[in-house]
Amino acid sequence: MSPMFVLRRALSLIPVLVGVTMLVFGLIHLTPGDPAQLIMGADYTPEGAEALRRQLNLDQPLHVQYLTWLGNVLTGDLGTSLYTRQPVVDILVERIPITLQVAFGGLLVGVFAGVPMGVLAAVRPGSLADQVTRVISLVGVSMPVYWLGLLLIEFLAVRLALFPAGGSPREYGISALVLPCLAVGASFAGIVARTTRSAVLECLGESYVDTARAKGLPGRRVLWVHAIRNALIPVMTIIGLQFGVLLGGAVITETIFSLPGIGQLLIQSISQRDFPIMQGCVLLIAVGFVLVNFVTDVLYSVADPRIRLD
Amino acid sequence: MTGPTPTASGATPTEAGALATDASRLLEVSDLQVGFDIGPATVPAVRGVSFTLEERDGLALVGESGSGKTVTARTIMGILRCPPGRVTGGQVRFRGEDLLRLPESRRRTYRGTRISMIFQEALAALNPVLPVGYQIGELFRFHQGSSRRQARRQAIEAMSLVQIPHAARRAGDYPHQFSGGMRQRVVIAMALALRPDLVIADEPTTALDVTIQAQVMELLQQLLEQEGMSLLLITHDLGVAAYATSRIAVMYAGRIVETGPLGEVYPAPAHPYTYGLMESIRGRERESRTLHAIPGAPPDLTQLGPGCPFAPRCPRAVALCREVEPPLDPVGSAGSGRASACHFAAEILAEGVLEVRG
Ligand SMILES: Nc1ncnc2c1ncn2[C@@H]1O[C@H](COP(=O)(O)OP(=O)(O)O)[C@@H](O)[C@H]1O
Ligand SMILES: [Mg+2]
Repeated sequence: MSPMFVLRRALSLIPVLVGVTMLVFGLIHLTPGDPAQLIMGADYTPEGAEALRRQLNLDQPLHVQYLTWLGNVLTGDLGTSLYTRQPVVDILVERIPITLQVAFGGLLVGVFAGVPMGVLAAVRPGSLADQVTRVISLVGVSMPVYWLGLLLIEFLAVRLALFPAGGSPREYGISALVLPCLAVGASFAGIVARTTRSAVLECLGESYVDTARAKGLPGRRVLWVHAIRNALIPVMTIIGLQFGVLLGGAVITETIFSLPGIGQLLIQSISQRDFPIMQGCVLLIAVGFVLVNFVTDVLYSVADPRIRLD
Repeated sequence: MTGPTPTASGATPTEAGALATDASRLLEVSDLQVGFDIGPATVPAVRGVSFTLEERDGLALVGESGSGKTVTARTIMGILRCPPGRVTGGQVRFRGEDLLRLPESRRRTYRGTRISMIFQEALAALNPVLPVGYQIGELFRFHQGSSRRQARRQAIEAMSLVQIPHAARRAGDYPHQFSGGMRQRVVIAMALALRPDLVIADEPTTALDVTIQAQVMELLQQLLEQEGMSLLLITHDLGVAAYATSRIAVMYAGRIVETGPLGEVYPAPAHPYTYGLMESIRGRERESRTLHAIPGAPPDLTQLGPGCPFAPRCPRAVALCREVEPPLDPVGSAGSGRASACHFAAEILAEGVLEVRG
């Protein structure tokens, strides 16, 4: 990986991030009507609305509002909750670890279940292993996260009592994360498995695999070093692209398992019309997504030397 | 060196058996048959190919695309993809040992060490995500037990041998960072790294510029001679063939239809197909010596009748040709090593085909 590549790629993030902040900022204005009224709902009073407008800078011209807000964001000030009056940043920081744990747990489940399944299926296409992994990944892909979550709770938590049915890891320890990670990771594993299978199959058909065999290398080496190394490149792309879906899954899963993460916070803030928190959550998720794609691109250039030239 | 070459395609078991004991012969392919299982049908891609190679010998395998050259080479090499490929008969004896009967674990130890292969498209043949030095070094690591560090040094030596400039610096580069000619040198370095006895080169220069082609062939030829290795060269370019080998075998529809010393076959072919090939070359200007199409198309291998597969395109064909496929029989003066699979081989050798056609 060349530093230039990373730098160029990092610079190209700037317009994306600017776009993200504009969208997040625009959230409050996307809904028709008076934002103050919208936020206050049934508690609306003209005086209260006036105060709220001042607090949220809604009385300023739009671009001034945006720049003020952006300036605050850049200095780490995301405003304060309209309900608890706590700084949004503090609330987010408290919630982030849970979401990261669920998302990365799901990622691990996806990679460590999906890649071996895909390889197994590709090595003997049409075999029993291939059929079984196809069914597993089909189920994983097509089952909605919340449905799988509920099934896991019903069977593994309620009936077998292997894991807690919900609650934060602070109370129940790491076992509170097992079911959420499985729920989030299952569909991810399915996608990874199918991508891996087709990528490995394709690479096994390449000439360089013939060369590796013609060199008299052991079969295992031909498979892992020559075919699978190349196959991991498209697999990595899919993982990067699907990370957004994974985050979405984490958000839903947190709600089902009553995990106090960003997802649960976001849903709460929407129902309470707590705009600063809502903005903070969406901004965090969007920036996280952009950064993950950046990391994927950099890893991609490590895995595929041909990328570094352009 | 020209041995009493290709036995007739339908070699009898006794003949094959007798030759089998000859461990002094480098390579003896006899009555090789390879099919591809495509759905319910089997495509007979190689239909009884026989030829021999001695130590320090060279043979050029020529023929239109689809005639079975690559399949023959891959079968000898042991890298035919099965399925769909399947060896349905014959033997590949290397120093007397039938490679087709060896278990894969033993077979593998021959590849790269005793027999190696140079592939057509260097860019596709090299792994895009591994440095070339690493790819060459694998040979030393897995066949000679070299450490990574030793292997790297040996890889650099191999790269120097094929005259890649700044080999030490370039060993860490990836295939896409090399020019076409240099890339093919990397592939050659890999094929020659362990000094095998036999090198199979499948159209090693077709992907290269004409000027680069000559350089690469010259280098290959020189190294083979220097190391005393034999060459099975698959090529479309008779100029290349003339340069690197003394004998030629012409393939058509999965069989060798004519074989003999290139110097004799070229001026006076003994098979109408070879005749057409040579004519098309003579008719062209010097700048292009590649095989040009003979009117008509190669036959569909799944629809072969009982007769000579070339008959539908042959100016000389008579009823007999459509009924009986001629065996590859000796032709010309005894000891010349020439053979042709044509009912009228002797006449064609004497008179040519065109007179008959007129
Ligand atoms: N992988 C394959 N699957 C099916 N048929 C094949 C395959 N490879 C080769 N064949 C068949 O074998 C014939 C000979 O192929 P090949 O040896 O590659 O010809 P060439 O003389 O051009 O090297 C082809 O015409 C095709 O019918
Ligand atoms: Mg070919």
